[in-house]
Amino acid sequence: MTEPVAGRLGSPRLPASYEQRDAPSLADILERVLDKGVVIAGDIRINLLDIELLTIKLRLLVASVDKAKEMGIDWWEHDPSLSSRARPPAVESGGGDGAERSLSEENARLRAEIAALRAQTQNGSDRSDRSVDG
Amino acid sequence: MTDIAQHMVYAYAVLRPTPEAARAVAALRGVADEQVGLVETGDLAAAVGPVPAREFGEAALKARLEELPRLETLARGHHGVVAALAPLGAVLPLRLATVYRDEDRVRQMLQERRDEFLPLLERLTGHVEWGVKVYTDAGGETAAAAPEDDAGDSGLSPGRAYLAARRRRRRGAEDAWQAAVRTAARIADEAGEIAVERVAHRPQRGELAKAGGAEAGENIANDAYLVPADRAEDFRARVLAATEGQEGVRVEVTGPWAPYSFALPPAPVAHRESA
Repeated sequence: MTEPVAGRLGSPRLPASYEQRDAPSLADILERVLDKGVVIAGDIRINLLDIELLTIKLRLLVASVDKAKEMGIDWWEHDPSLSSRARPPAVESGGGDGAERSLSEENARLRAEIAALRAQTQNGSDRSDRSVDG
Repeated sequence: MTDIAQHMVYAYAVLRPTPEAARAVAALRGVADEQVGLVETGDLAAAVGPVPAREFGEAALKARLEELPRLETLARGHHGVVAALAPLGAVLPLRLATVYRDEDRVRQMLQERRDEFLPLLERLTGHVEWGVKVYTDAGGETAAAAPEDDAGDSGLSPGRAYLAARRRRRRGAEDAWQAAVRTAARIADEAGEIAVERVAHRPQRGELAKAGGAEAGENIANDAYLVPADRAEDFRARVLAATEGQEGVRVEVTGPWAPYSFALPPAPVAHRESA
């Protein structure tokens, strides 16, 4: 919606000596604007807990996807720009260099199924078990 | 003053109120495509922009932060303003999503934190930040994964063949990792000759890092260096020279950045996680 005009590096108004050679990656920008810089309290109080949750999610994302998944955090997987897994799963025709990928994908899928089954069982026996809610 | 009901004030950075700063912000548009301006009080100024209250109120902002594509737009917009002001020589980037009710509140904040901001500005004047990331070279890890290599394992069960191939790959990966560690140490030495400060960021792994870096291997060092602006190119050249002829290692130098990683009051050195 809003086009971040100023966000496009290499824009002619930047002195050449400061122009970055490539547009910085999202990971590089996020680790700076979310984690560094001066912290002062604004009037709009973003719930600190929420921000920390977000930052933790991003950290996990940057630190270890597997660990994030173990904790049930997988929001980026639904975003096609971030993950090949967000695309419809292609059926491996077997063999070739897809062998390992299909193994790890199968592994991930099985883990997800186990987690889902486990959650179902818990929901069935104890409906007050929902932990994260606003 | 801005209408409280319709607009709030998004703050990007703290800097000195100079004519150059006024000219620089006049050419900038911010996170809501708004005209950026300066709010001044004495010897400090903040780069700010009026943003729609309904998009930057608590609930709307929170929703935006939780949605990666919109977070990206916000982050890049914020960064764009900060980056455009960095060449002025001294700028303190504020953390993402610092929003005030009106410009008076920004002035009040500047006055309250003056004793903190002035020394920080002083310290960072004339410095830039460089990012240096050291990766193992992905080529070393994936080359061994060619299916032909598994021919000798054809007598093995699929599980054992998989493990054998994995073992071979791991050996290659370990060599690459060792080489990258040695290179990272060399770079830190070289960089330390020029840089006045260093901050270690967490190594980047996972989908987000890959989305930016294409064929990245494993990121084993992710450091930020504060470098005198007049030696910025010198720094970059030395870091890159320190990596020449190193097989299995890839180094990425990013920047120059506004001094995000150093715009904090000096804190105890963040301990690095042991592997």
